[in-house]
Amino acid sequence: MIKLLGIEKIYDSPSGKVHALKGIDLEIARGEIYGIIGLSGAGKSTLVRCINMLERPTAGKVFVDGQDMTALTESELRTARKNIGMIFQHFNLLSSATVYDNIAFPLKLSGTSSADIQKKVQPLLELVGLSDKANQYPAQLSGGQKQRVGIARALASDPKVLLCDEATSALDPQTTKSILALIKDINKKLALTVVVITHEMQVIKDICDKVAVISDGVIAERGSVLDVFTNPRHEITKEFISVLLSNELPAAFRGNEISQDRTPGSLLLLRLIFLGERADDPVLAKMIRTCAGLECTMLFGNLDEIHGVPFGRFIIGLSGADEAINNALNFLGGEDVRVEVIGYVRRNSTAVE
Amino acid sequence: MFAEILPLLSKALGETIYMVVVSMAIASAIGVPLGVLLHTTAKGQILENIFINQTIGSVVNAVRSIPFIILMVAIIPLTRFLVGSAIGTTAAIVPLVIASIPFIGRQVETSLKEVPAGLIEAAQAMGATPAQIITKVLLPEAMPSIVSQLTTVIIALVGESAMAGAIGGGGLGDLAIRYGYQRFRPEVMLATVVVLIILVQAVQFIGNTLAKKLDKR
Repeated sequence: MIKLLGIEKIYDSPSGKVHALKGIDLEIARGEIYGIIGLSGAGKSTLVRCINMLERPTAGKVFVDGQDMTALTESELRTARKNIGMIFQHFNLLSSATVYDNIAFPLKLSGTSSADIQKKVQPLLELVGLSDKANQYPAQLSGGQKQRVGIARALASDPKVLLCDEATSALDPQTTKSILALIKDINKKLALTVVVITHEMQVIKDICDKVAVISDGVIAERGSVLDVFTNPRHEITKEFISVLLSNELPAAFRGNEISQDRTPGSLLLLRLIFLGERADDPVLAKMIRTCAGLECTMLFGNLDEIHGVPFGRFIIGLSGADEAINNALNFLGGEDVRVEVIGYVRRNSTAVE
Repeated sequence: MFAEILPLLSKALGETIYMVVVSMAIASAIGVPLGVLLHTTAKGQILENIFINQTIGSVVNAVRSIPFIILMVAIIPLTRFLVGSAIGTTAAIVPLVIASIPFIGRQVETSLKEVPAGLIEAAQAMGATPAQIITKVLLPEAMPSIVSQLTTVIIALVGESAMAGAIGGGGLGDLAIRYGYQRFRPEVMLATVVVLIILVQAVQFIGNTLAKKLDKR
């Protein structure tokens, strides 16, 4: 549905040339929700604006629904843009127009008759749950309601693609959830291709099928959300994920020296990641039964779901004879679980046993 | 005494209102589009054209820097060409219009600058043409501010029209000078000033009310 080939964007700024995008290739399939995550200044907003040519790439090609956007004239581009809805962080609604007129705006631009506008706007008001607010002005609405108006407006011209530029970044977590649910809902109902720009991993986790992590103008990592979440490769990805999934050691061990060699009184800490059907297998119970003389302490546990796939993360502490510990590592190696050996860490003396 | 001043006052008030209303109407018809042009041709705007922007900007600045009393006399040939006479109330309208056009242009430009860039971007993303952005986004969104700014222009026009007496334009200012000052009639001077104050207050009140009514923010 959307294909970006070798997108480069260079800006002239007072302090010299800024290379905002350094050769981005990206393919987004029809009906997909594709997340693009990055820190501010990473180039993600520029990238999404290249899709509808609000920013013209310095080099590269942009295809939307098979059409080469970079080759269009201004007037062809205006027609093509009606196929691409966009919503914004700050909503960008007309303050001088009512909710109804804001949603009707793209239709008025294309000269639709007011009878047809009525037919179009009413169901949209219902879809976003604002039927009772039709005659209010944006200033009378909450942030979440404003974004609902933004979504309805973006859908008014029956687009095939919806671009969401930090659409939930100005909203509180509760409202964010409801807006994301709405986006997911319209993605399903209308088979809409959605591009989500965000700096919040939660947004990616909640609604995206695929994700690209953009850093310093290049895509550092990409893949299905499940893959990227459970097996992040790039440092920046790990950082984004750590906001949601803490990588810190439990408080009783935090700050203590981590050693690869056994020291007296320490536990061997392991981070275990279970994925999919096997997430609820009794692997640990089996390990303890199999490895005689092994002591196993559960230090941290979290079961989550990404797109309905169970995803468990645990930190366990092993002690006991060296042989028992080796047996345990061998046992885990043969199971369907990802094991990361953190090292031998001593428990804080102040912590209560 | 009051009975004697009243006809003088009402005639002068009528002349002032005539000069202000007609000048304002003509100057707005030219000044508002000029303001739109000044704003939209600036760097980063929808019709960016630095050459046009700077050329118009310089002309606007040049006209604005001429004191009104001098402008009035300097353009007498133009006035004569346009209205057939260089003296009289109608003749005074020509310099009033010429002085107000660049003023309105700058005021409207200032108002348009307040429209958030995000709104323009949103309209562009929806496939709006530059003309549609001007008529359906920029002007409606800036309207409360434009009304406030134009109120200021009207009040400035009331002040400038007081100088119209210099070319036989009549009006309240002329009355105050000829009767109040030159014929030592302080009561005429006072009455004129009171009428001017009421007039300006009324204009400001109407402007504020209208701007507030239009402002949905």
